[in-house]
Amino acid sequence: MLQTNLCNIRLKNPTILASGILGVTRESVERIGKNGAGAVTLKSLCHEERPGNRNPTMFGYDSVFLNAVGLPGQGIDSAMKDFGRLDNLSVPVIGSIYGYNVNQFGEVAAKMASLKPAMIEVDISCPHLDYGKPYHADPELTAKVTSIVKKNSGKIPVSIKLSPNVHDIKEIAHAAEKAGADAITAINTATGMVIDIDARRPVLANKTGGVSGPALKPIAVRCVYEIYETVKIPIIGTGGVTYGKDAIEMVMAGATGIGIGTGIFYRGIGVFKKVCDEMEQWMKKNKVKSLDEIRGCAHE
Amino acid sequence: MNDCCGGCRTEIPTMLEVSDVVKEGKGQSSFFFRQKIECRPGQFIMVWLPGVDEKPMAISYHNKNEFAFTSQAIGKFTNALEKIKKGDKLGIRGPYGNSFSIQKNACVVAGGVGLSSVSTLIDSLKNPLVIYGARSKEHLIYLKRYKSKNMIITTDDRSLGREGFTTDVLEEVLKNKKNKINIVQTCGPEIMIKKVFDICQKYKVDCEASIERFMACGFGICGKCMVDDKIVCMDGPIFSSAQLSKMKEFGSTARLKSGRKVSLKEYHETA
Repeated sequence: MLQTNLCNIRLKNPTILASGILGVTRESVERIGKNGAGAVTLKSLCHEERPGNRNPTMFGYDSVFLNAVGLPGQGIDSAMKDFGRLDNLSVPVIGSIYGYNVNQFGEVAAKMASLKPAMIEVDISCPHLDYGKPYHADPELTAKVTSIVKKNSGKIPVSIKLSPNVHDIKEIAHAAEKAGADAITAINTATGMVIDIDARRPVLANKTGGVSGPALKPIAVRCVYEIYETVKIPIIGTGGVTYGKDAIEMVMAGATGIGIGTGIFYRGIGVFKKVCDEMEQWMKKNKVKSLDEIRGCAHE
Repeated sequence: MNDCCGGCRTEIPTMLEVSDVVKEGKGQSSFFFRQKIECRPGQFIMVWLPGVDEKPMAISYHNKNEFAFTSQAIGKFTNALEKIKKGDKLGIRGPYGNSFSIQKNACVVAGGVGLSSVSTLIDSLKNPLVIYGARSKEHLIYLKRYKSKNMIITTDDRSLGREGFTTDVLEEVLKNKKNKINIVQTCGPEIMIKKVFDICQKYKVDCEASIERFMACGFGICGKCMVDDKIVCMDGPIFSSAQLSKMKEFGSTARLKSGRKVSLKEYHETA
């Protein structure tokens, strides 16, 4: 009922662990797979080892979750030894990559591709060190990164992960598609800040961070809706999906894959199975046999 | 402090006033809060010192309307904590993690400031045998607190108690079946914990160990504290013999803040 074809990758269901939550070791990938995820995205890796920001790096309240982990990671070279091949795990793995400049994106993509992930996802939300502005905020930079990653990834499909912190997400998605992207992941977190009024300072050590959780969902649904009207390539709809009804909503906006990250904070690692069960219940009740029947149905 | 109202969940530091600071040993202090907290033996809290860092700390005292954690000044964060006085505020969230089981005829083995992670366990047990070791007399904590307990002290330099290691004492205790030890519960340097576990396996006695790794969230989503497929902050920090015997990384490797796996020695030099 929930079987999904994403860029010719066969997923048992559309739920995909979003990058940045767990997904740091081979064993964690297997554990998420066992808990029902259709695919697992690794935590983003770049050309070098990074310890990330000081704590506090994450917290949540009500339906809001904030993080500023500062892209900690062991670096692609160390990860290649630590993970080994990615096509022999029990669940399809999406390798998330980034670099500080365009060439580094290419280098890291080539190394990631050698591990044979099912897909490569490109995190373009880091600032470009040469231009000062982030790749995600400029269609030309997005296109440059997309082209070089595609060139270095062989036949492995490439998804570009877009940020909502832009004037017009449609033009960025369009630039990625034109440059050869096979899919779009939308969205990354929205920037935010929380100040503790007793401490009289921002709670995150980094002061600002990314908002995720249910509070992000309407922003994500809007972005997926707009991107669906702009491009033909599939979309991995990510942002605030916590319950089956959220996943259905994402599909109606036009998503093929459903990213879940912070949902684990609210419902535990079992969130993937719970969301899938709830989606099936909704489908049975509404006599929907396949998600294809409702994909993008909110567009008239 | 964990609120839950359906789809909501709150895990954010609450600024609490330090009601008392007690010097426990050389560079070791307990920070008390006059605040009710629901917790079980072995659980921990995240302590935020604004502008410095936020780290996991075991709950070391737990009374009806009060709790405390005990810190040893070894790094930037714990040295900054040493300057905190009564009346200052710290951000607290938690408690997090699982807890020790409460059983009869328990033997508690602690090394150094690791005693703070088993102190609420000792308070909950009926007549436990405590084996507690540190480098020297000045590094021993809670001596007054536990003066009425059945406690064997060891110091590396023989400045108090027996010379040598806690693990030597444990082996003697377990060798003598008359002691009828039912379970060994432990916290301290992982090299010691691993030795305690090995001795327990040898004498076929159950073991529960509280282990430590770099943490960021404390509630099981960042993945920093993974040991094999276990998330230490959520699945642990206390693991049973059955779990420990399957954990390849236990006693041998740990992950740095970046996630790179290194030897325990390198991990402790970095931490």
